[in-house]
Amino acid sequence: MPQPPDSADIPEARVTPQRRWSLQLVWLIPIVAALIGGGLALQAVLQRGPTITISFSTAEGLEPQKTRVKYRSVDIGRVTAVGFSRDRKRVVATVELSKEAEPFLVADTRFWVVRPRVSATQISGLGTLLSGAYIGMDPGKSGESRRAFVGLDVPPIVTIDRPGHHFTLHAEDLGSLDVGSPVYFRRVHVGTVVAYELDQDGKGVQFRVFVNAPYDRFVKPDTRFWQASGLDLTLDASGIKLNTESVASLLLGGIAFQTPAESAQAPPAKENASFALYPDRSIAMRLPDTAEETYTMVFDESVRGLSIGAPVDFRGVVIGEVAAIGVDFDAKSGDVRIPVQVRLYPDRLLGKAKREALSHGALINKLVARGVRAQLRSGSLLTGQLYVALDYFPDAPKAAVRMRGGRAEIPTVASSLKELQTTLLRLARKLDKLPLQGTVADARKSLQALQATLAATERAVNHVDSDLTPQAVRTLADLSQTLASAQKTLAGAQRSLAGVNGMLAENAPMRRQLLDALRQFARAAESLRSLADYLERNPGAILRGRIERQPQ
Amino acid sequence: MSAAPTAARLGLLACEVCRLLSRAPHSRGTAHCPRCGAALHARKPASLVRTWAFLIAAMILYVPANTLPIMDTSSLFGTQSNTIFSGVAYLWTSGSFVLALVVFIASVMVPLAKMIALTVLALSVQLRATWHPRTRTRLYRVIEFIGRWSMLDIYVVTILAALVHVSTLASIQAGPAAAAFGAVVVLTMFASASFDPRLIWDVMGEQP
Repeated sequence: MPQPPDSADIPEARVTPQRRWSLQLVWLIPIVAALIGGGLALQAVLQRGPTITISFSTAEGLEPQKTRVKYRSVDIGRVTAVGFSRDRKRVVATVELSKEAEPFLVADTRFWVVRPRVSATQISGLGTLLSGAYIGMDPGKSGESRRAFVGLDVPPIVTIDRPGHHFTLHAEDLGSLDVGSPVYFRRVHVGTVVAYELDQDGKGVQFRVFVNAPYDRFVKPDTRFWQASGLDLTLDASGIKLNTESVASLLLGGIAFQTPAESAQAPPAKENASFALYPDRSIAMRLPDTAEETYTMVFDESVRGLSIGAPVDFRGVVIGEVAAIGVDFDAKSGDVRIPVQVRLYPDRLLGKAKREALSHGALINKLVARGVRAQLRSGSLLTGQLYVALDYFPDAPKAAVRMRGGRAEIPTVASSLKELQTTLLRLARKLDKLPLQGTVADARKSLQALQATLAATERAVNHVDSDLTPQAVRTLADLSQTLASAQKTLAGAQRSLAGVNGMLAENAPMRRQLLDALRQFARAAESLRSLADYLERNPGAILRGRIERQPQ
Repeated sequence: MSAAPTAARLGLLACEVCRLLSRAPHSRGTAHCPRCGAALHARKPASLVRTWAFLIAAMILYVPANTLPIMDTSSLFGTQSNTIFSGVAYLWTSGSFVLALVVFIASVMVPLAKMIALTVLALSVQLRATWHPRTRTRLYRVIEFIGRWSMLDIYVVTILAALVHVSTLASIQAGPAAAAFGAVVVLTMFASASFDPRLIWDVMGEQP
């Protein structure tokens, strides 16, 4: 082992003053690391948004960790897990959203899966063919926060933030409309059918339509909507008219609306205002039947040929329609009544202004009191269709509108056909009751007797001819002699009358005396008249005599 | 061999640059080589403190390196971001067991093992432990050797990011975890470099 060298041979190291703080610099590194790590962690915590669940009917296209949630094509989250709901009927996607999505999560926010879709009106989601489906979002406006959502099966037609108004329409049936069908205003596409559903009672279809912003102000409270589906072919006195909104509506159907000119200045309709959807434009633009009254009519005859919707007609003006035809069996009396329910629109008889002066039902009451009755009439002899006519029957027995079972009942009269029928029937019955057999026998006997009489008469005439004629000739000769003597007598009479005439001539004294006598007689009659007048005024004078009135 | 003469015990310092041996000064202050002027140290200066500092920094950054996405893949079919672990899981579930194992060992196991080993070494020196000094020295050598291999992940990400850049069709970008992971690897290398294995033996010499 070699000896360590002498320490003196080894040079001593030089010394410089120590910088003690330099050792501490190394701790800056973990501090910086901690700051970076802490910053990243803080950022991650702050960036971490809410986790929500969305239930869908199918998980088609949904992949955990891969499927995104997008709002206006901006990534705001992704699906972290896909599982089943508790009842295993739906698929529940757990979605982790970014922080900025927090305010979107309110009660009426909607989610749907964006997949490629091809419909008659549009093709959408083609981009997802390559990128895979994603979840679309339509943030709601509600203030209520929510974390569990039910996803839509189809994308919403109208997003919540789109300016415009929703309206509700009621129609008899769907027609050829569908979700996405256009809404036209003066043939401009201004809106869309958003949804439709059957009424709760199944008696109609309810549509929800959306009218885009600048156009929604044209929807007034009095606006009429009608189905602009397909073709409208009218044949009338002016010729054939073919009407359609657009080629698209020809195929897809659509809704059009218009406001009557008189209410064009009204304020726009409110959100979710309700309207009727009429089958066509002409019906829609008719005067609205704001007042509607329901009456029952019981006809004592067959209502065959009367259908629901048949018109109720007042001297040719349609003022209502048949709403229902029922059969009412009265168990107590065993009678079967056929009540026909009608809807009447009194506005059609009166103006709107006058209508307000008359209370409910007053018009019909008045008309019935004046002799108006309901009657079934045949609209067409060919088809046998009946309609209900209201008309004056002055001969009808007095009646009034009665209330029966909560419904006002308008008295009816038998139809003219029926009346004719009953009359004929009555006649036939009477004829039937006549003792025709006997009558005919009697008549025959009478005829025989008549024949005998005639024969006797003939014989008598013959007898007259042979026996009476010479006698008659003689009588005539006698008559001629008698006439000649009568002529002589008349000439004598003429002479006597001429004598009388002389007596009564102008200056004959007898005539003057007669005139005097007549004049006196006239005077006597005059005084008698004044006496009668006086007596008439003072009957008491008969008893008390004439009282001379003293001048006052 | 408990009191074997070492340079430090004899008060001698070797210049780490020109290898000149010189005597340690008696006065306080930083010693400098009389020949070339380089700073002289009996042991690596502040070895334990620096090791701890680097180690703690590496441990802190190891968390974001594993939780944040290391790679963002965006293609026509959507974007996808993977953390190291999700990448390993993807490889494993898609059947590439060997590749999954390689990535797992290189990217997860090695940095973790290195940090644990360094902690053990630093702790043992700090506590002046005399436990298996030879084994601990071998451990240190292993750490020095495998340290560089954990950069595998960073290489993969950088190469992919550079290669796959077909703007609209597909592109790969390094995520925030890549930087953190790189920092972890570098910091553990610094930590192992600043650790002085002679400290393990210094304690042994003092023992009677």
